[in-house]
Amino acid sequence: MNRPSPLRQPDSKAIVELNDVWARYNEKWALKSIYLSCHPGEILGIVGPNGSGKTTLLNVILGLLRPEKGIVRLFGREPDKEGRREVGYLPQISRADRSFPVTVLDVVLMGLYGRLGLFRRPDPNNVQTAMKLLEQVNMADHAHRPYGMLSGGQQQRVQIARALASHPRLLILDEPATGIDSVAQEDFYELLAKFRDEQGVSAILVSHDIGVITSHADHVACLNREIHYHGEPQYCLSPEIQRKVFGDHMKVMLHDPACVSCSQRHRDDS
Amino acid sequence: MIPDIFRLTFMQHAFLAGAMLSVVLAVVSFFVVLRRLSFIGVGVAHSAFGGVALGALLGISPTLTAVLFAVAVSNAIGYISSRGKLSTDTAIGIFFSLAMALGVIFIGLSDQYNIDLFGYLFGNILAITRQDLVSIAVLGSLVLFSTFLLFKELLFVAFDRDVAFVSGMSVTFLDHFLLTILALAVVISIKIVGIVLVSALLVIPGAAALQLTSRYPLMIAASVIIALTATIGGLFVSYYADIASGATIVTLASALFFGAFLIGRIRK
Repeated sequence: MNRPSPLRQPDSKAIVELNDVWARYNEKWALKSIYLSCHPGEILGIVGPNGSGKTTLLNVILGLLRPEKGIVRLFGREPDKEGRREVGYLPQISRADRSFPVTVLDVVLMGLYGRLGLFRRPDPNNVQTAMKLLEQVNMADHAHRPYGMLSGGQQQRVQIARALASHPRLLILDEPATGIDSVAQEDFYELLAKFRDEQGVSAILVSHDIGVITSHADHVACLNREIHYHGEPQYCLSPEIQRKVFGDHMKVMLHDPACVSCSQRHRDDS
Repeated sequence: MIPDIFRLTFMQHAFLAGAMLSVVLAVVSFFVVLRRLSFIGVGVAHSAFGGVALGALLGISPTLTAVLFAVAVSNAIGYISSRGKLSTDTAIGIFFSLAMALGVIFIGLSDQYNIDLFGYLFGNILAITRQDLVSIAVLGSLVLFSTFLLFKELLFVAFDRDVAFVSGMSVTFLDHFLLTILALAVVISIKIVGIVLVSALLVIPGAAALQLTSRYPLMIAASVIIALTATIGGLFVSYYADIASGATIVTLASALFFGAFLIGRIRK
């Protein structure tokens, strides 16, 4: 007996689309039947506890991991080199060695390498672009310092500047707020919103910090191997979804300025 | 009066070969250190032994067969370890001993008893011919020129592989490119420093340079200067003290590394 195809109609407007995607590491399923889409100018937050498959999901979107089953589309095609060039990527843990002999400016310029193509070196225009981005993440004063000397939070900001350097249409950010204090976090989310509003840049960002994401994302997907919710951010905090995603023993810590109940109250007031 | 050391043809050959090799090894060593490929260097160097022996058996140029062997083994190690089931050091361990074993078999099969095995293993500057100088110049320029062209890509992959992949770099191609130039650098250095010792020069210039600077253009420059000092200085010492050139060069290079290490410590 044939099961009806679980594939849904393709969404021609989506820049990222996952259609019944299954992926696994070794024997264990990391992703089960994922349907997800992201549209131009959208900030999509993906929340879930550690080990819920968040990074795996990003790897599948980028083509770093092939799914076992299902269809992945990046800019309407299977994830390929051309598609990836349109993506600014910030990995969760930077593998970079602290003694690696590059300056902060060198690191941001790397973000432009893919666009420059073979055999071309960055020119003064590229350096100017990189410096402007460093200003936007408040790191311009550090441009000529060795990258390895920076603190984790500073490195993270430099990596965000690198992700933005190639004028991507989509940013993929894995725990972008790691090691950044809450003031810098607010600046960072403002920067994302600015790129979205001015240039229509979309972003998919992954976090275990549900409070922060719900107050900055346009849509939220709650992931724990399966997607338990995908929609407007305010509804993902329902106790039922929380229990499914995070389990029974979960306590959501809500904190200022990303405090969800506060922002909800603001919304109700206005 | 020109001292003897500069008038003897074999010493002229040795200096010329040593100077060319130093630049090539220093540049390759930059990437070997940043990509942590030191042990691959050891494996590839030893695999060249199988190649040299095959050349002797077939009666063709040992350099040619050593190039083929080293390039094949280097890429095979890269391929197998990228498949994920075996770790890199396991792959190296297997190919390293396989190539040595084949070398011993080839030598046993060959009826040429006059092959200078000791020279290939530990270096023999008396054996550097004009033909060798030409191979070093041609293969060395090939390595340097192609590395120059692909430099920014190689640097990006060494720094942050996943992000380099996402920004459209052909990461797998660049890995194999690096393994290939590593193999070529090893083969052209065998006559001077020998199979057993060449891997030291794939590591030390870069490692010493990294102690001194945190900027990559300076690191490459320092690496070249250290390699040149060790090679040319080592040839001088070995000539006047009448000791093996390869071992002298490697000992001097190590001394330079410890010096650089101390300077690096003191500055921190």
